[in-house]
Amino acid sequence: MPADPARPPIDARAPASHSVRGRRAGRSTPRWEDFLKAPRFAYLRVSSLAQVFDAFAEHGEEARILAGGQSLVPALNMRLAEPRLLIDINPIAALAGIERRESVLRIGALARHSEVGASPLVAELAPLIHQAVPHIAHPAIRNRGSFGGSLAQADPAAELPACVVALDAVLHLASRRGERRVAARDFFRGPYETALAPDEVIAAVDIPVAPKGARSVFLELARRRGDYALAGLAAEAREDGLRLVFFGVGGRPVEAGAAASALAARDIAAAQAALARDLDPPGDLQADGATKLHLARVLLGRAARALAAA
Amino acid sequence: MSESVEIRLTVNGAAVTRRVDARQSLVDFLREELGLTGTRAGCEHGVCGACTLRLDGAIVRACLLFAAQLDGARVETIEGLSDSGEIADLQAAFHRRNALQCGFCTAGMLVTAAALLRRGGVPSREEIRDFLSGNYCRCTGYCAIIDAVEEACRARAEKASP
Amino acid sequence: MSEQPLSFFDRPNSYIGKSVPRPNAQRLLQGRGVFVDDLRLPRLLHAAFLRSPYAHARIKRIDTAAAARRAGVVRVVTAADLAGLYTPWVGVLTHLKGMKSAPQHPLAPDRARWQGEPVAAVAAETRAAAEDALAEIAVEWEELPPLASVEAALAPGAPAIHEALGDNLAFTRTIDAGAVDDAFDRADAVVAETFTFARHTGVCPEPRSILAEFNPADRRLTLYCSSQAPHMMKEIVLRHFPLAEADLRVVCHDVGGSYGIKIHVYPDEMTVIALALMLGRPVKFVADRLESFVSDIHAREHRVAARVAVSKSGEILAIDIDDLTGIGPFSTYPRTSAVEGNQVVNLAGSWYRSPNYRARLRVVFQNKPPMSQYRAVGHPVACAVTEGLVDLAARAIAMDPAELRWRNLIADDAYPWKSPAGLLFEKLSHQRALERMLGMMDYTGLRREQKALRAQGVHRGIGLACFVEITNPGPAFYGVGGAPISAQDGCSLRLEPGGTVTCAISVTEQGQGTETVVAQIVASVLGVALARVRVVTGDTERTPYGGGTWASRGTGIGGEAALQAAKALRANVLTLAGAMLQAAPGGLDIVEGWIVDAGTGARRIGLEEVGRAGYFRGDTLPPGLQPELVATRHHQPRDYPFAFTNGVQASWLELDVETGFVRLLKHWVVEDCGRMVNPLLVDEQIRGGVVQGLGAALFEECLYDAAGQLRNGTLADYLVPMAAEMPDIEVAHLETPLAGTELGAKGVGEAGTAGAPAAVMNAINDALAPFGARVAEQPFTPARILRALGRV
Repeated sequence: MPADPARPPIDARAPASHSVRGRRAGRSTPRWEDFLKAPRFAYLRVSSLAQVFDAFAEHGEEARILAGGQSLVPALNMRLAEPRLLIDINPIAALAGIERRESVLRIGALARHSEVGASPLVAELAPLIHQAVPHIAHPAIRNRGSFGGSLAQADPAAELPACVVALDAVLHLASRRGERRVAARDFFRGPYETALAPDEVIAAVDIPVAPKGARSVFLELARRRGDYALAGLAAEAREDGLRLVFFGVGGRPVEAGAAASALAARDIAAAQAALARDLDPPGDLQADGATKLHLARVLLGRAARALAAA
Repeated sequence: MSESVEIRLTVNGAAVTRRVDARQSLVDFLREELGLTGTRAGCEHGVCGACTLRLDGAIVRACLLFAAQLDGARVETIEGLSDSGEIADLQAAFHRRNALQCGFCTAGMLVTAAALLRRGGVPSREEIRDFLSGNYCRCTGYCAIIDAVEEACRARAEKASP
Repeated sequence: MSEQPLSFFDRPNSYIGKSVPRPNAQRLLQGRGVFVDDLRLPRLLHAAFLRSPYAHARIKRIDTAAAARRAGVVRVVTAADLAGLYTPWVGVLTHLKGMKSAPQHPLAPDRARWQGEPVAAVAAETRAAAEDALAEIAVEWEELPPLASVEAALAPGAPAIHEALGDNLAFTRTIDAGAVDDAFDRADAVVAETFTFARHTGVCPEPRSILAEFNPADRRLTLYCSSQAPHMMKEIVLRHFPLAEADLRVVCHDVGGSYGIKIHVYPDEMTVIALALMLGRPVKFVADRLESFVSDIHAREHRVAARVAVSKSGEILAIDIDDLTGIGPFSTYPRTSAVEGNQVVNLAGSWYRSPNYRARLRVVFQNKPPMSQYRAVGHPVACAVTEGLVDLAARAIAMDPAELRWRNLIADDAYPWKSPAGLLFEKLSHQRALERMLGMMDYTGLRREQKALRAQGVHRGIGLACFVEITNPGPAFYGVGGAPISAQDGCSLRLEPGGTVTCAISVTEQGQGTETVVAQIVASVLGVALARVRVVTGDTERTPYGGGTWASRGTGIGGEAALQAAKALRANVLTLAGAMLQAAPGGLDIVEGWIVDAGTGARRIGLEEVGRAGYFRGDTLPPGLQPELVATRHHQPRDYPFAFTNGVQASWLELDVETGFVRLLKHWVVEDCGRMVNPLLVDEQIRGGVVQGLGAALFEECLYDAAGQLRNGTLADYLVPMAAEMPDIEVAHLETPLAGTELGAKGVGEAGTAGAPAAVMNAINDALAPFGARVAEQPFTPARILRALGRV
């Protein structure tokens, strides 16, 4: 993977944010974190974004957003994160909802995975996401976990970040300063690291509606149903090109440009070989880098055949 | 904002008003404050499923919610589902098939299976396994649980359209 | 009337052999079970532990002042605070010659020797407050070099973890039977393999839990434990704390899974007892999931270098194994950390006829969590090594693996049999089991299907694994070595005035169905409906003295005690009934709760009448008659050291050779556990045990780095088997009744776990065979399989 001086290296040390997975892997200093009860914090329930921004203004980085909580609460229980204030944004109606807005499918940040997975709009207009949702954890988690929350968490092995990159989605980031739009491919910076400023909240995500003839293939290899991916591929073929976005093989979703070019020329073998130029997966607890690269190649072959057959 | 929050909610149909520590999880609140010990804490990081209950009609992990969030909510635990008779057929099937041994995972398993039953129809064994894939059992090896859920689904479907 | 009276098993209302649903499951189905964490006592305190973050470190200083000042905290203790309150313990058994270990304390006094060892404890009003206080305890550590592998621990010049012991070899043993070298010399084929098995842990759904309630007024301690062996716990506590035998009671309510994890002595639990004695208030400790991973006993870390010699006609000539196993820094108390390895070398190869067997065992201390007995103790390793060698031998001489087994299993008519390592088999049924299995799974049909699919690039594998299982151990297992572990159990039956029966028995229930099985036996032998038998277990004050649950002994030993007690009570009841009816007791019977004429079956009086007469109406009875409506019997195995069972398992799976992923399609078990009291419960013990073995084969491993740090100590990273990856499991039974008891039942709890990993390994290697690849390192992860295939 070519190094980008503007971005931190993929193999970054301990994540800036919180993550339960492999939480002691890669640590230089052993710590025994025997905590499974959350530390003390103040709780604020809000019903508007304005209230969120007020809280951020007053408390700065000591305040954290509580949305679905499916990633944050384990981290709190393990005291990997110890915010002074939790801002419960679940009642904010403006952040919910899935609707079509002309050529765009808008998914609210608080749309639950289960809603997104069951939505006929999503199935029709963003079939890639429809295919991905059943791979996210398990039913009880999907009932609380939120679309925006998953993107903000930016787990390198999560499904939705790769999907929104493959779909050229645009994220609406809201703060006291107003709203700005960030392209999905610019949003994910590294493991658990995004373009979100500390006082910003994802409000919604706009996904260009799949045109006629678009083909989507979502493939994931995980040790067990619902686990994070060993390697995964979100592939979207539209008139204007083929997007191959891998996850679980780097610090963030990786777009395999060289492989996509070779595939556009219908050469699967060349595409699989080119993958070595696109990917340089770090190893993790489940598999080393070479194994991940191999698995990515296999997924590429399978996606290519599925796209051709579609 | 406060470290201590007043909540009003319904639990198994009964109105409950309490002042809670913000950091108290829903599973601890039910167990410690209300004495409803059927919901169990097996991992406190959302993976094992022993704490699964129904919140506003949907199954969720009680270890990943703070009681403070529950103002205005409707909570149903295994005790409520049992006493209402809603899952009597499922419990009977579990009993007949010995789909439980130590019983620690059973409440979470039943609440989850009940959600599948509510969908109606007769899911395949694979679909049942998939739906229960987030509920850890160490004693049964899952076969008897799948058998029991399949049996209950079939019986309900037959009743619905004989 | 010349018919033989029907036995208890054949009588029309007998429950023995019936798949009765468990009466005690109802409360569990409603979420109304009572586990330790459900108990509430006045002034209850909660304990939390500060544990060493280092695998090896000197504790230079612990400052607990700030922690002790926190709101809600009642006491903070270190080893120094507990000195004098207890005596340390050493986990050795005298009959394991040469075994050595060092004294162990509730809190580490000077050094921590594994990541997770408890060094300080907080007792506070809530668990959260206790954890808050942990964060304020300041420890000055001096890191010491850890020995995080057996190689490092045994390397020449490696420092001894315990200086006084000299080196890190806890136990070693060799077996040399027959003429092994000669056999290898004359063999047509010799195959060698090194099998490795990852460290595991039990991951009980309910973590270890204990509540210690001490009444300082009468100095009585009540321990509510999630445990399999309450009487043993009591003995241990009496040995190490200043309590009188009459002043200690251990109670086990519902236990949320144990699988052997909860029969060992844990330093944190001993600390809780010390705290209760110090504070005079009840103290509860529930290990949370994170600390469970570094404090529950681990198991199964073995590397076995093995060889098999075979003739081209298909005779296994010799097996030679060298087992190197890594334990923790202390041998676990009181069952030791050597039994698992000891069972590996005892069991390997034992179900085959060859008299030539050599084995060496080395058990090595390391700076990792202590290990000890966990479901199937050693069997999964012995079985995988043996059955792996058999498949390799079959391949070497181009013989079908089922055929090679058929030619070498001990014949069904060859019993009694003594194995080269000295195991005594009273009577097994290996050949019948294999025959039944091959039919049940349609072995020839599957081979055809495999061949056809291979031609299409679909790679499926078939794996067989024969095994034996140790059940119903006699006193030569533990008691002889000095451990306060009883090999006998007792059952006490009381007829109540209303005609029901209270049954107090010392075997225990963790969900396997002990209480149901015992009730079935009592009801059948006594002649009452099942619902009229109420079983009481898990209380040292309310049951007879006994060993509890371990080594699959509940049905075989407890069941026999229950049967004998029921016979004795029946005789007492008929004596009284005879006196009441002025009839000879020999002419009476008990059927469905009625005293009846044995010959005609006519009902005479109800059992409740007998009860009332015995308890309230002595005035109506003949002079001199003292009714005795209670009967107690004990049982322990006396003739054979173990009651071995046998079986065979088979795995049918599909291997994705591009990704290394294994899909388990189906699993079969044929097993023979003697007389089955409740076939449904037997099936479910097998199925649950198999899945634990499938977890070992495909998913479970404790991953350590070179510094002895556990890298995957959460449920997100330590992979336990979940429903979506597990196959349907079909079970068939043979019943070779156990001689020497009337019940004839053996145990079955661990058989599933014993054979499943071997069957899966053999199936994977069968699928890999066309590629000339094989795997021998468990768990068989996609990465390992891909490496074997040369794809990575």
